[in-house]
Amino acid sequence: MISKTWETLLVVKLLWIIPAIPMLAAGVLALTPRGYRRMAASLAIGSMVLAFLFSCLAFYATMIPLPYSEAWRQSYNVPWFDIGHETVRVGWVLDPLSALMLAMVTFVGTCIFVFSTGYMAEDENFTRFFGFLTLFAGAMLGLIISNSLLLLFICWELVGLASYLLIGFWFHKPSAAAAAKKAFMTTRIGDLGLLIGMVWLYSETGTLLFYDGGFGCLETKALIGLVTPAISGGTLAVTGIALLIFCGAIGKSGQFPLHVWLPDAMEGPTPVSALIHAATMVAAGVFLVGRMLPLMGADMILFSGSSPTLYIVAMVGSFTALFAALIAVAQTDIKRILAYSTVSQLGYMMMAIGVGGYPAAIFHLLTHAFFKALLFLGSGSVIHGCHHEQDIRRMGGIAGSMKITFATYAVGMMALSGVPFFFSGFWSKEAILHAALTWTPSMLPFIFGLCGAFLTAFYMTRMMGYVFFGNYRGDSCHAPHESPATMTVPLVILAVFAVLLGFAGTSFWPWCQSYLTAQRVRFGWEEFLHAWPLTGGSIAMVAAGIGLGWKLYISRPVGGADAPDILETMHPKIYNCLKNKFFVDEFYAATWVRWCGAFASVSDWMERFVWGGMMRGAAFFTACLALLNSETDERVVNGSFDGGCKVLKASSGKLSLFQNGKAQRYLCVIGAAFALLLLALEMGVKL
Amino acid sequence: MVVEVMDMILWTLYFSFLGAVLVLLLPGRAAKWAALSVAVATLAAAFAGASEYMSVSAQAPWVTLAKSPWIPSLGISWHLAADGISITLVLLTALASVAGVLFSWNVAHRPKEFFALYLTLIGGVYGVFFSVDLFLFMVFYEIAIIPKYFLIAVWGSTRREYGAMKLALYSFIGSALSLAGILAAYAVAGGHTFDLLELASYPFPPQFQYWAFPLVFVGFAILAGMWPFHTWAPTGHVAAPTAASMLLAGVVMKLGAYGCLRVAMPLFPIGLEEWSLFFAGLGVVGIIYGALVALAQTDFKFVIGYSSVSHMGFVILGLMTLNAVGLQGAVMQMFSHGVIAGLLFAVVGRMVYDRTHTRELSELGPMQLYRSMPFVTVVFVLAGLASMGLPGFSGFVAELMIVVGAWRGIPWMAVMAGLGILLAAAYTLRVMQLAFFGYGDNSSENSHSDMSKIDAISWPEKTGAVLLLAASLCVGLRPSLLLDLIAPAMNTPLVQVILKGAGS
Repeated sequence: MISKTWETLLVVKLLWIIPAIPMLAAGVLALTPRGYRRMAASLAIGSMVLAFLFSCLAFYATMIPLPYSEAWRQSYNVPWFDIGHETVRVGWVLDPLSALMLAMVTFVGTCIFVFSTGYMAEDENFTRFFGFLTLFAGAMLGLIISNSLLLLFICWELVGLASYLLIGFWFHKPSAAAAAKKAFMTTRIGDLGLLIGMVWLYSETGTLLFYDGGFGCLETKALIGLVTPAISGGTLAVTGIALLIFCGAIGKSGQFPLHVWLPDAMEGPTPVSALIHAATMVAAGVFLVGRMLPLMGADMILFSGSSPTLYIVAMVGSFTALFAALIAVAQTDIKRILAYSTVSQLGYMMMAIGVGGYPAAIFHLLTHAFFKALLFLGSGSVIHGCHHEQDIRRMGGIAGSMKITFATYAVGMMALSGVPFFFSGFWSKEAILHAALTWTPSMLPFIFGLCGAFLTAFYMTRMMGYVFFGNYRGDSCHAPHESPATMTVPLVILAVFAVLLGFAGTSFWPWCQSYLTAQRVRFGWEEFLHAWPLTGGSIAMVAAGIGLGWKLYISRPVGGADAPDILETMHPKIYNCLKNKFFVDEFYAATWVRWCGAFASVSDWMERFVWGGMMRGAAFFTACLALLNSETDERVVNGSFDGGCKVLKASSGKLSLFQNGKAQRYLCVIGAAFALLLLALEMGVKL
Repeated sequence: MVVEVMDMILWTLYFSFLGAVLVLLLPGRAAKWAALSVAVATLAAAFAGASEYMSVSAQAPWVTLAKSPWIPSLGISWHLAADGISITLVLLTALASVAGVLFSWNVAHRPKEFFALYLTLIGGVYGVFFSVDLFLFMVFYEIAIIPKYFLIAVWGSTRREYGAMKLALYSFIGSALSLAGILAAYAVAGGHTFDLLELASYPFPPQFQYWAFPLVFVGFAILAGMWPFHTWAPTGHVAAPTAASMLLAGVVMKLGAYGCLRVAMPLFPIGLEEWSLFFAGLGVVGIIYGALVALAQTDFKFVIGYSSVSHMGFVILGLMTLNAVGLQGAVMQMFSHGVIAGLLFAVVGRMVYDRTHTRELSELGPMQLYRSMPFVTVVFVLAGLASMGLPGFSGFVAELMIVVGAWRGIPWMAVMAGLGILLAAAYTLRVMQLAFFGYGDNSSENSHSDMSKIDAISWPEKTGAVLLLAASLCVGLRPSLLLDLIAPAMNTPLVQVILKGAGS
């Protein structure tokens, strides 16, 4: 029973206002001169607060249709353009997924915008920074509410653009410019898959709307249409489409093998890393797979209950989760550690969707957004306090001088590590591991996930040890200092949510999961007690990780700034391999990048020498012909003509002697002629 | 059927030729103002014509504008008509011509002759878009090419004689091929008419179509920059003065594509079906090849020149999909590329080269142009985004439609075209960073202070840039602005014969 009160219908119809507000702000900011700093910041923050309020309204609207007897989903579509008889429509959809995402993005966004006013206070391009941020926020919100793969793709490209502009915000640094380009190109490789998948989907179903009163591409009719040819032995269109769309998610969410751009993206200002490359945009890939879940799992029918697409999603996700966690162990840049941690956590989310834990994945997405934004902002505060130092080897012992930052950072660290019961990360990770354990096709995701949990706890403790404990190893004339209130207040708010949010999805009161699947939430301890062995095991892993980290990096403080890492002294080869990120970047540089350059050079060479050569050859041939012609002209045509002329001239010259106007000569000639005539008559010539 | 209300659109043609004469009669100082007024007048006429067409297109997608005998003994007539495709291209031409005048505001060498030739070229282009009689078509086609030669040879730069000659030779070889094919068709059909509508309804024998189609098609496609007959385009663009390279990329290349779509394809539908896969392949090769070559260039203008080859590959591919989506996409792409490439050439040739006197990326980089030319930088970044097919700009919708159309026929070509979009991002970002941002903050203080003396960006340049950007954005955000024009044209006999020939 779908409740259609006028309020909810109105909310759905006007949902477009939420992304439109920041977009409008971006438009105004694009035309604002760089001097109007205060106005720029107020406009940006104001637009986000307003968007947040509207998002709350939308969130409230999704709560109205109690009881959750049926999936509550309302969509509103408008025609965009016609191609002949086909009308391309776009639209927006309000359901639990989009409502939760809207609330999260606007809330975290507001915190990060406020933080930015402090962090970017000294930057000369402050206004432009907020212009780009609002552009990003508008596009991201548009992506969330899209009810059409086309509109989603458009917003998807726009967030990519905003990401490019913001990573390269300090473009005078060559590394930042290179990182921006790398991020854009790498995600675009994934987007190519998404584009082709979209085109294929459109050709098969004739629509790109997700929900359209029974005719959308995620609704039963279209899905049956997609699966039917495969049953009769045709092409596996549905698997192909789903995997191509997943390519887009791999690129955007930094999954292996397209993860290389995300750590480099840390060249951007830290608030950007927090908002775009931790909390929101990189989660868009997970969101996309979650949004397209009916399509992703549609090939289940063909393979007796286990979908090859979701199998691949699970495997890619779990491998990335472990792979990135391993790399994070040996990094020394505070933001890069967090970046690899983000890649790893996104892997967890992908894995969760793959193993059938879609609500767990979205729940983890939300908790992760809060605690990872907290950690990034915290690292921003640390970087700010340590005078733009990012190398954790040159920090140390700043817990005392930066108390608020330390406390909130510790909360974030424990949430990320999954410290039991009081931190949100624990509950969301628990839900994911539980889903992985009950997945029958393979145990690998569960094992990878468990190992990843250990590693996460370990590298986060290592980082804490390096940054906050021991002695300060940086430049001694500049003591670290606490950041201003514009930066610490958002930290505190995010820290509170990093704790509280966990209780929205515990195993004894799984409100978030129930809300997402439109079920009535039930309170009960059975689930919690039933999963106790698993919970115990994962707590043991976390404890082992933290314990080992404590033993290696905190109980025995790190030596000097240049002292080798303790793991390096123990296993130099392994450490080196991890430190160099398994040499993936080097591998790509030696293969794809080089091949592309080589192809370009070969084409350029062809252009110059083959086509250009042909052109020159033709020109040469023409010139030779022309020369030949001109010689022929000169010698044969002109020669004979001139010769003819000469003969004519000479003969006429001689003839003209007879007409030189002298009477004597005429008389002489006449006389001679007369004599000749007489002679001839005399000889008997008959006239 | 003669529809009386369509009388505005032909003024584009008359204004241009009258304008060319007018410019010659006026003193040299007034030439640019006169040319601008003429161009604006044609733009107004084009808009008025487009709106008139919109009001009648539902009943009469094919509108005859004028028809009277010219050389009756040979079956040649003054037969002009318009449909959505030609009106879209007329709009593009009008936009490009206004922008071209604005970006030629600083032409000081013989401005009268410059603008007279410029307007003659434009007039020839309009004539081609309206011609139904093939003889008339070829006459206008040549009228458009000849001024081109002089514009490049007299007002051009780098190796201008070479570029002008290369362009002229390629164009004439192309038109000679097409003319040969057309004359053959004329003869086979009985030799009593050059009227396209009558010839298109004549059932040419398949054996004839198999060789006549590629002849006429390649003849026109040379001017559209189809690989491997594209080499005239980059050198021609580089040698041409700014306005001429804008028109060359923006309008003249479209003449070739229009000739393919209007003449070669409907005349020989059987030959078309036989050859479509082959030419689609050439289009795809052009997309990838042009993008790769653009990636390896060190001259700013050559990058844009090769990007044109890549983008025109999309047009060829779209035409060869032989379905309504692909064809409409191809027309959209013609418009989109015309606007965007025109803007890119304006930035490179007028805004940057006229001030820095270099186009070498290695020399531009250290100048850090983003400091001295913020406006130009923003324009180029936006134009670059449009060129790489970012949503919101016209290129996205056009390329998407072409990929959708290609997918329905030949899926792997759609994938290759997608790869071309990827490479477009690569070369655009590369040239953007190398040309405007450069590297190193302090190493270039000297060149930086040199750059502070450059002229400010003048109002005609700003107006022209905003005009073209706005056109691309409007169409990108509201594709129906153009699609409502193009879609009715799919019902005209000349397009129907293409679609029916492909059995769709």
